Amino acid sequence: MKIKLIIGAALVALGISTSAIAENYVIDKKGQHAVVQFKVSHLGYSWMIGRFNDFEGTFSYDEKNPSAAKVNVTINTASVDTNHAARDKHLRSPDFFNVDKNPTSTFVSKSFKELGDGKAKLNGTFTLNGVSKDITINVTHIGHGQDPWGGYRRGFEGTTNLNLADWNMPFAPKLGPASANVELYFSFEGIRQ
Amino acid sequence: MQLKNTSKYYGLVSILIHWLMAIAIIGMFGLGVWMVGLDYYDPWYHRGLWLHQSIGMLLLLLLLFRLIWRLSNPVPEIIGLWWEKLVAIWVHRGHYLLMVILMVTGYLITTAYGRGVDVFGWFEFPALFPADKGRETTLGFYHMILAWGYMAYIAMHAAAALKHHFIDKDTTLLRMLGINQNKEEKEKHHED
Repeated sequence: MKIKLIIGAALVALGISTSAIAENYVIDKKGQHAVVQFKVSHLGYSWMIGRFNDFEGTFSYDEKNPSAAKVNVTINTASVDTNHAARDKHLRSPDFFNVDKNPTSTFVSKSFKELGDGKAKLNGTFTLNGVSKDITINVTHIGHGQDPWGGYRRGFEGTTNLNLADWNMPFAPKLGPASANVELYFSFEGIRQ
Repeated sequence: MQLKNTSKYYGLVSILIHWLMAIAIIGMFGLGVWMVGLDYYDPWYHRGLWLHQSIGMLLLLLLLFRLIWRLSNPVPEIIGLWWEKLVAIWVHRGHYLLMVILMVTGYLITTAYGRGVDVFGWFEFPALFPADKGRETTLGFYHMILAWGYMAYIAMHAAAALKHHFIDKDTTLLRMLGINQNKEEKEKHHED
């Protein structure tokens, strides 16, 4: 009798929890259908584009309740890649990302607000180089649906601007006024779990 | 003065390579420490590194020649007590080892992305090892630590040479300067 009650309660709890939890997605790291990229002006004359090759993350999204969406991303800062050995070495040093001291950079969402037409504002805490700040990311919902291999996928892209002066990088001011801001761009394809 | 070493004296080639590399390596240390602290807008920001890489590759080639020369020449007898001779042999081997590691790490840093090293715009030294992104940071750290360590090693080496010259009053330093040999040869001429 007692056991039956417990099992019943557990089933009810399980039933409630599965219906209450939104769809969970894991960013497709294996297939690398995801990118974290940054773009910064070089002297004001051209763009320097770099990216982080190693990161992982999850997000949840429920079409019936999009404002409950959550995003969690962790970036391996040592994986910075601007296709230039000397520059990447410099970026990993304490002059910029200080990767020995701060090997990871994280983003943890706080709120998600859909604006219609696939656009949304994502707020959250971004931690980079030991500094944590709330940032707003302009998100676009790109698409979702069955993939050809029996899975279900959903993808977003987003951009935000970071002021380098906020992130404790001693060398950043030396890059000159044209390089004060960095545009961060990401595109994540999640596989539903 | 003869080009090759004898069992008593250093030849001209060994003497020139010794002093050329001594000046270049100490200069490279100064250049290296200076260039990594330069401002991004400094005219030497790129030129300093280019100079360091170009000289470094020439030094690596010279070191290869030096090792071949060392193995194909007699080694002048070391002056000193038995234990001093033993220490000297291992200190000299340490020099070669440290130089090889310093120059090879420098080369591996520059070629980390599989691209060759430009040497003064004269030629490009190819990247002989496959690209391995990230090694530039690890090896960069060792390159710096070893450079400081090697400067301390050179200081000890110089102190030992001065000790031989001023305290033991032997010809260890003079024969690396090619001086003693001339003096003895002249004396020999007088005797003749």
